[in-house]
Amino acid sequence: MMNVAVSDEARPKTGVRAPAPPALISMKQVCKGYGSGESRVEVLENINLNLRQGEFLAVVGFSGSGKSTLTKMLAGLETPDSGTLEMEGQPIIGPSQERGIVFQNYSLLPWLTVRGNISLSVDRVFQHWSKADRRAHVEKFIEMVGLTHAVHRRPHELSGGMRQRVSLARTLAMKPKVLLLDEPLSALDALTRSVLQEEILKIWEEERQTCLLITNDVDEAILLADRIVPLNAGPNASLGPAFAVQLDRPRNKTALNDSPQFKGLRNAVTNYLVAVRQKSRDEQQMASEQPPIQLPDLKPRSMRLPSKAILNAPI
Amino acid sequence: MNWRAVGLKFCKVAGLPILEPFVRLVAGEDPKEQLKEIAKYILVPALAIAVFLGFWGLASKHIVANSVSLPGPVKTFSEGGKLISAHFDQKRLDAEARREKKIEAVQLMQKSAAAEKKAQTVSGQQKEMLLANAAVLKKRAVAAANYRPSSAPSFIDQIFNSLKTVAFGFIIATLIAVPLGVLCGMSPWFNAAITPLIQVFKPVSPLAWLPLAMLVILSLSSSGEPWLPIAFLTSAITVCLCSLWPTLVNTTLGVASVDQDYMNVAKVLRLSWSQQLYKIILPASLPLMFAGMRISLGVGWMVLIAADMLAQNPGLGKFVWDEYQNNSQVAIARIAFSVIVIVIGLIGLFLDRIMICLRNLVSFGNPQTA
Ligand SMILES: Nc1ncnc2c1ncn2[C@@H]1O[C@H](COP(=O)(O)OP(=O)(O)OP(=O)(O)O)[C@@H](O)[C@H]1O
Ligand SMILES: [Mg+2]
Repeated sequence: MMNVAVSDEARPKTGVRAPAPPALISMKQVCKGYGSGESRVEVLENINLNLRQGEFLAVVGFSGSGKSTLTKMLAGLETPDSGTLEMEGQPIIGPSQERGIVFQNYSLLPWLTVRGNISLSVDRVFQHWSKADRRAHVEKFIEMVGLTHAVHRRPHELSGGMRQRVSLARTLAMKPKVLLLDEPLSALDALTRSVLQEEILKIWEEERQTCLLITNDVDEAILLADRIVPLNAGPNASLGPAFAVQLDRPRNKTALNDSPQFKGLRNAVTNYLVAVRQKSRDEQQMASEQPPIQLPDLKPRSMRLPSKAILNAPI
Repeated sequence: MNWRAVGLKFCKVAGLPILEPFVRLVAGEDPKEQLKEIAKYILVPALAIAVFLGFWGLASKHIVANSVSLPGPVKTFSEGGKLISAHFDQKRLDAEARREKKIEAVQLMQKSAAAEKKAQTVSGQQKEMLLANAAVLKKRAVAAANYRPSSAPSFIDQIFNSLKTVAFGFIIATLIAVPLGVLCGMSPWFNAAITPLIQVFKPVSPLAWLPLAMLVILSLSSSGEPWLPIAFLTSAITVCLCSLWPTLVNTTLGVASVDQDYMNVAKVLRLSWSQQLYKIILPASLPLMFAGMRISLGVGWMVLIAADMLAQNPGLGKFVWDEYQNNSQVAIARIAFSVIVIVIGLIGLFLDRIMICLRNLVSFGNPQTA
């Protein structure tokens, strides 16, 4: 098993850069599983992760490897089974408005309009503000994600991309210290996806919030992130070694496509992920093949008897 | 939004796909397709109704008991028409009587005033006599002004009485069932405590409740005059007891099965308990709640007829019962009219539609037509 801890030393070629900023969120030896007894599944094992102040970190991994579980733990919606999970030195024990999460399936409230969904969180987080201030704040974020024409629509009247924008605006409007994005673009088509990638990039470059992006798309991770951490295939998934992305910002998708650095990084990350998955598959296969069942060397005495028994058997 | 989109949305929310092809036709969409839709939603059902009427007519020729035969559709409808016109005749007569009484009241009042005036001018015994006379006249004037025609409730009065009874029972049932259901849905412990009670009481026949309901009302009203007639209350409470359960069960289900994602949103925002209830849990469970209320109202309407019969509440049930006692050809035709056309048919359908419409209004994104 690749069980390399992602710590500050795991960053290659850091010599030229300033020392890494302090960790805002740190996970140490975190394990998490679901269920109990026979039906227990270990999902994450020995996760070590430092999310540094002001960085954009991407976690890439295959479907079902526990990425959502990881984000929910960071958000405080799930508690780790063992290990420590801290933000600014304080253990994370529950959800907080400092860690805004964008859910994988948007989780918009279907009975509220676009504005209603966003103002629900704004009204809650900025209770002490005046009504006009809150309203202006909501409008600002609706405009930021380009939904001014759709403020009165309800989620079911929006396209997937628009829903994701609402979801993003709802979380951004809370002004969290840390932004947790759980596969925000996975459900979208490739075109919408690349448009939204650029938008996320633009918004992030303005605000420079600490951000954790979960994704299954290596290109997306390279385009957006400062560091990429692969999540090995589950069960018992752990984090692989971090890859630093030292491409200059602001980044441009078309320009990147030709950059040899980009291509090299993409190959490195993809090869790593594929190799790790192959390894875990081999291991699983080995495990399932291990105990060969010894069949007893028996022969029926007569072939007539069983058929009779079947015929006479009560149903 | 233009009028066309509004029209289509109305059809969808109201659960009336029947109207949709007309809206589209008026809007100038492909007429062939719309005509097909119209044929599907209107011609075919109309044909089915015609077939039904045909069988009904045939049956009425062959079913005869105690020299009373089953009335055919034509006779049924003509009796129905008579019932309705009888109502308006009665109302006209009543209005006339009331007007006469009012005129009489005014006249009496004038006489009384005259007597009082005269009393001012005289004195002694004569004055007292005049004053007493004036008082008597005044009393009679008031009685005349408050005159209420004592005619028996007509068919349409009975329909309204039935509707009132069902509305009363249904509203009380909803006021009890929704909060209880919310509690059950939110607290598994409370639910565990209540579930056996629900399961025992739910299958009890409505008519088994009736004697108990009557007993309770009699004991409550023994202390004084109740504000509402006892028969009305008995019927309404029976309706209430029967229409409690679907709403209760569905509300519990709706509240207990609120999407975990919505609850996660509430958790991240750290909403308080009451905010969670009003902003997340209740809106999320409204569709199921209304689905339950729809079933409740249907059950209530069905039960009402029987309850009216037994409690002698002057509604449709009593109408059917009284007509049955009459046991004449006309009476049976009237029963057929009230039962087949008014009770089961139109009012039940109408109430159901209202509930569907309400439910669709609160279930954003997935309004169902059924
Ligand atoms: N509430 C739960 N109870 C039991 N098992 C769960 C629960 N949530 C997730 N799991 C299991 O944990 C594993 C990881 O799930 P998770 O949702 O974190 O995957 P993921 O990496 O986000 O996948 P995807 O890319 O498809 O979103 C899965 O095998 C899943 O079956
Ligand atoms: Mg996920």
